[in-house]
Amino acid sequence: MEQVPLSHILILSSALFFLGIYGFFSRRNMITMLMSIELILNSANINFIAFNKYLFPHQLEGVFFTMFIIVVAAAEVSLSIAIIINLYRRFNTIDIEDTTTMKY
Amino acid sequence: MDNVLLFRFEIIIAALILMLLVMSLRDFNTKVTAFLGTMNVLLLVNFLIGWLPMYTGSYFSGFFRTTDLIVFEKNILNLGILLISLTSYQWLKKSEHRLEFYFLMLSSIMGVFVMLSSGHILMLYLGVEMSTIPIAAMSNFNLDEKRSSEAGLKLILSSAFSTGIMLFGISLLYGAVGNLSFDSVIANLHPDMLTLFAFTFILAGFAFKMSIVPFHLWTADVYEGSPIAVTNFLSVISKGSVVFVFLTILYQLFGGLKDEWLYAISILSILSMTVGNLFALRQQNAKRFLAFSSIAQVGFVLVGVAGASVMGSTSVVYFILIYLLSNIAAFGVIGAMADSTGSESLQSFKGLYKSNPFYALFMVVALFSLAGVPPVAGFFGKLFLLTAGMNSKLYVLLGFAGVNLVLSLYNYLRVVKYMFIDEAVTTVPPLQRNRQLTIALVTCTIGLLIIGFIPAIYQYIDQICRM
Repeated sequence: MEQVPLSHILILSSALFFLGIYGFFSRRNMITMLMSIELILNSANINFIAFNKYLFPHQLEGVFFTMFIIVVAAAEVSLSIAIIINLYRRFNTIDIEDTTTMKY
Repeated sequence: MDNVLLFRFEIIIAALILMLLVMSLRDFNTKVTAFLGTMNVLLLVNFLIGWLPMYTGSYFSGFFRTTDLIVFEKNILNLGILLISLTSYQWLKKSEHRLEFYFLMLSSIMGVFVMLSSGHILMLYLGVEMSTIPIAAMSNFNLDEKRSSEAGLKLILSSAFSTGIMLFGISLLYGAVGNLSFDSVIANLHPDMLTLFAFTFILAGFAFKMSIVPFHLWTADVYEGSPIAVTNFLSVISKGSVVFVFLTILYQLFGGLKDEWLYAISILSILSMTVGNLFALRQQNAKRFLAFSSIAQVGFVLVGVAGASVMGSTSVVYFILIYLLSNIAAFGVIGAMADSTGSESLQSFKGLYKSNPFYALFMVVALFSLAGVPPVAGFFGKLFLLTAGMNSKLYVLLGFAGVNLVLSLYNYLRVVKYMFIDEAVTTVPPLQRNRQLTIALVTCTIGLLIIGFIPAIYQYIDQICRM
């Protein structure tokens, strides 16, 4: 069976990365912004695993790095969600446009 | 057994965190004075133990390493958390969640220590995350205040975003090198396209954390919205530690790409100095003013980094020590002001010398040090940074640094003028004094006045940087 070439996977991960960046800058909903960050992190994960499998298959460093990224991302998201929930409970908004108390 | 002692700093911090857990079980934190006194004594002990002689070496097959330079950097940061704890005494006394503040601060410093000691990019990444996640919780400390929540949100979103960019860079670096321990990265690094891409992404990630222009947009808002103690921590510990790590990254990890990064660093440095100083001109909020001032200071640090020599790293470590003392003193006075009058505006500093000569003098020493006026240590710090920058013969960069020294002098002297010459708009009442704040301010001021005149300190840093 023929394998998918590495370049295809790298194109996929780069596309995910820039989609994430685009989403982060264009979305106004805080939860969606968090989802965009997840896209960026997952593009790095795909890169790690692809490089590990194709270029350095004799050791599992990339795979382990990915596992740590997933764990840390979970910690990050849980803290952001806590902050967002606090903001929503007190000020009834999760729109980033409303968080402009300190513009100038 | 010897090897376990390499973790001495981390073990002590972990023990302090466990002690906090026990204290919260026994409701010790409701006895306000006793609790704060105990914490200050414990942090002092932690700082003093740091100076005991220490083994150097590496552990966990190179994942964790300690050198004399790293030990010295950890000691500087230990001094920083002690002084921050002392300056925020009054605020912590009123705050309901004082135990959580210490808990988050110590967790963050734990991450910082891991980050400083890392010998593998995985550890570096974990350390960076461990140190930023608690800070975001700290920024959101005043749960009822909208701008505090906003600050926490902006910090966590921008730091997660910057980590994402950095991780993408690390994954590309993994593809180029194949093994992410520092030694093997140094050995296998070639300036090909993939490595340069990886380096650019990693640089952008770190630039976010150090708030270098053009990645600085979160800084002013986060500094303004957080409580003063947290702003102090962010501007001193968090920024200082990332600068320390950045030195390792550039000089050791990417030392092979020196020709490539030299110009990138120069451009970032010019941008940070200029934008930081120009934006500080029109700030009226004291914390926002210091936010832009700290952006400009990082620009000056980058001049030293661009020196790309032993003197570069020596002058940067030396400057961070001075910057730590001056910023803590400045934030201490601003904190005292905010506790008594509730105002953080620079306007409220008008006529401070008439009503509170004590605080006004401390503030002047701190501001002179930030501006680099001769008798104070900041002058020597900047002198060494610029001399280090001379090594690379980037004269345009040095010219911009000279112009920016003048601009920053205007910025800081504006505040001095408010305090000494202008008449008060509303008379400032004599600010409350407490012993802890006074001790911290006196320590900072004495440090700032004498550090420049003790060559032994600079020589010691120079010696450990050479090893």
